[in-house]
Amino acid sequence: MSSKNQDHISLTPASNEIFDIVVIGAGVVGCAIARGFVLEGAHVAIVEKASDILDGASKANSAILHTGFDAPSGSLELDCIRDGYQEYMEIHQELGLPLEKTGAHVVAWNDEEVARLDSILSQAHANGVADVALIGKKELQTLEPNLSGNALAAISVPGEAIIDPWSAPYSYLRQALLNGAEAFFTCEVEAGTFDNGVWQLQTSRGTLKSRHVINCAGLYGDQINEKLLGRSTFGIMPRKGQFVVFDKAAHSLVNSVILPVPSERTKGIVIFQTVFGNLAVGPTAEDQISRRDVSTDKDTLQSLINAGIDKIPALKHMPVTAVYAGLRPATENKDYQIELDETQNWITVGGIRSTGLSGALGISKYVYKLYSQTGNKHKPVKNPQLPKSPVLIEASTQGLRRDWQKSDHEEVVCHCELVTKREIEQALEGSLAARSLAGLKRQTRVTMGRCQGFYCTARLAELTDGHFSNPIAKKINNG
Amino acid sequence: MVDRAVEKSSLGSDIPIDVAIIGGGPSGLSAAIELKRCGVSRVVVLERESEAGGIPRHCGHPPFGMREFKRILTGPNYAKKLVALASAVEVEIHTMTTVVEARPDGELLITTNFGAEVINAGRVIYATGVREMPRSARLISGKRNSGIVNSGALQSMVYLKHRMPFKRPIIIGTELVSFSTIMTCHHAGIKPVTMIGEHDEITARWPYSVFPGLIDIPFRTGLRIFPRIMGIPLHLGARLIAIDGDDNVSSVQIELANGIRQTVECDGVILTGKFTPEATLALSGHLDIDPATGGPVVDQYGRCSDPVYCATGNLLRPGETAGWCWNEGRQAGRLVADDLKNKLPEFDRRIQIYLSDTLIKYAMPKFVGLPLSAGMEDLQLRFKNSAKGYIIGTSGEETVYRRKVSVHPEHRVIIALDKLTNKCSEGNIQLTFEER
Repeated sequence: MSSKNQDHISLTPASNEIFDIVVIGAGVVGCAIARGFVLEGAHVAIVEKASDILDGASKANSAILHTGFDAPSGSLELDCIRDGYQEYMEIHQELGLPLEKTGAHVVAWNDEEVARLDSILSQAHANGVADVALIGKKELQTLEPNLSGNALAAISVPGEAIIDPWSAPYSYLRQALLNGAEAFFTCEVEAGTFDNGVWQLQTSRGTLKSRHVINCAGLYGDQINEKLLGRSTFGIMPRKGQFVVFDKAAHSLVNSVILPVPSERTKGIVIFQTVFGNLAVGPTAEDQISRRDVSTDKDTLQSLINAGIDKIPALKHMPVTAVYAGLRPATENKDYQIELDETQNWITVGGIRSTGLSGALGISKYVYKLYSQTGNKHKPVKNPQLPKSPVLIEASTQGLRRDWQKSDHEEVVCHCELVTKREIEQALEGSLAARSLAGLKRQTRVTMGRCQGFYCTARLAELTDGHFSNPIAKKINNG
Repeated sequence: MVDRAVEKSSLGSDIPIDVAIIGGGPSGLSAAIELKRCGVSRVVVLERESEAGGIPRHCGHPPFGMREFKRILTGPNYAKKLVALASAVEVEIHTMTTVVEARPDGELLITTNFGAEVINAGRVIYATGVREMPRSARLISGKRNSGIVNSGALQSMVYLKHRMPFKRPIIIGTELVSFSTIMTCHHAGIKPVTMIGEHDEITARWPYSVFPGLIDIPFRTGLRIFPRIMGIPLHLGARLIAIDGDDNVSSVQIELANGIRQTVECDGVILTGKFTPEATLALSGHLDIDPATGGPVVDQYGRCSDPVYCATGNLLRPGETAGWCWNEGRQAGRLVADDLKNKLPEFDRRIQIYLSDTLIKYAMPKFVGLPLSAGMEDLQLRFKNSAKGYIIGTSGEETVYRRKVSVHPEHRVIIALDKLTNKCSEGNIQLTFEER
């Protein structure tokens, strides 16, 4: 292991102080909660068993910021999505986070689905999303001219938006760290005891002490509860979703997110633009045992492509840029499983199955409310420091310029996504330094374009020398 | 302190750019050299890598240069020779210069270390070459772990950066590049465990463009034996079913020609061939794209749907040798030089080549202007599978062309444009393949 990689080093004594909160798991929910609690004035540590954040359920999703129009009425999920949506709208500008309010259309492709649109409309209104409306075939065709003629009618949801699933949580955690939080990576929680109001968490890197613990372990949420509390009120049932990302040339084939009329089990297959200029189709919903296996399957991917072509015939000629799969931490319950165990200063945030990105900021608010209701109080940070996020999407309206547009970037390394050497070097430094290629990809987008690393992998291997525990390539020792 | 933001690269000087060439590989450099030889004043090559030369830069093995220099060179030496020739005739080569957008009227948005900047050129030659199809577009099942690379990425790692991503990979594909990958591996001390090809015979063919002759069969027999000599079992008619492993590849599932599935222990997967034009700029810009070739739609002058733009080399259609591309570039250089002098012959009419057979993978150029005078002399075709039969060209009800051929995947078939078009008095031409 290289000298630049510090992950194997034990926790320093200074970090052995007693934190107010230890957040287990640096997924989007953990990052949002760390930020929320820090801004409320708590002393927070976040621990993550992977080398980089967003390594579990948060690494792959459809990157849509939902309004909550179709969330179950009266659910905690709905409350969190609404609050999360609201807060993202408020903070995205100052955090430099992208937002494209494309709107969405729930499209009915047959008479049976047309018949179900009314109930979707009334649910949306009941959920407080007032601007949702029913539109006919003609209007839909005007708004989405590339949809196949089988699109019969739709519910228009103007508030749905697309965002970057990674820069948002990175920014949440960066803000937490800037304002006093600490983060520990490659740090797996193995056991723990609660005594005299203090948790002693045994981790793979030493012991952490904290008054409260918030379990945001996502796909491992039930296991953490079983390990540390001896029980879990829910079981994680991983549900895999595969996606196909089409070439940027396909981006303009839709103007909004194309949602299906949902079934009981899943929201179904969505066609959505990404903020990076691609068009994607997915996810599938496949129950599985493994909490890690995000393999993709040729036949499934082909059926996703076919489903896309069925709805948008012009996709037929579009090359595939990427494929990926994500796991949603579903449980036997439909709603989020957020529980406070007052006797053990433990809050479980589990079963955030598919709306974590939209709900994260709202979940953070709700969890802080639970926490403060039991008499815990801190002094909120006045004028919290704002993190500087790398600009991955040009947005002249927000005055955001990509690094390649500025001078002294040295070199464009990833030609497809226009990632510069300076951006890569910055992502390899600092408290959230990328320690794996996957982490570097999420922070900078290297290798995520058309060529998938054909041109830049060799240069990346060189630039990342000594930074990754699993290096891209090793030096040849043949003299 | 100097405000770097107001500084510009040397590209945007007051001297107008007559021709900007995007891509400094064999076709781009040879186009540039030819333009200078034809007396064009300011010719700039925009190369995004740190050195010009293109793909041959990281093909550390021969044979390169037989057609161009009548001698056998390694890829890097060949690349150096091309760059030296270009510099000798005062072609401006700008490395680390990325074209971000190509717009109408030859307006290019570029970025260099000085940041973004817009330059204008009288003509633009696209010579952005090809790359191999990545794992994603091949829809391969299984894990998406590290150790899965294209042969191009492996070559750059080995020859340019002296690194290796694995020790015992499997090689997927039997194109020429697949065999060159064996040499790349050998150079790095990497020991491939197996090589598989999807077709019943190896895909690589004797490169006729270099030495025409009837030595294809002994050549292919030689290639068949070559992996075995290197200690690598070769399975033809075999498919990659899935990739397994956690962080790194640990094994792959393959299905052999007899239908039996096998697990092959390995620590990497080299995906070779299945070339696709690097048409990023054209795709995101204003030019028409031919989904069949993956490159821009062109006529026999190489002119794109916006005639300020011309395409050449492997961008036109995937997978020719460096020598072939060098020749195409030279021709493109001459044509663009003529165009700038208004000496390019006008067309009376333009016909479109339609493909109505799924066996035909592509035909390039898509448009042919008549009467024929300058430009490409042949229509280049490729086929998806091996077959014997007739290529038939029809115009309306009339059969205008008929030729008996034996075709193979990734094997070039050419039809002389004059033979194809001389009976076509009006309308377009439809190409079909009739199996016999």
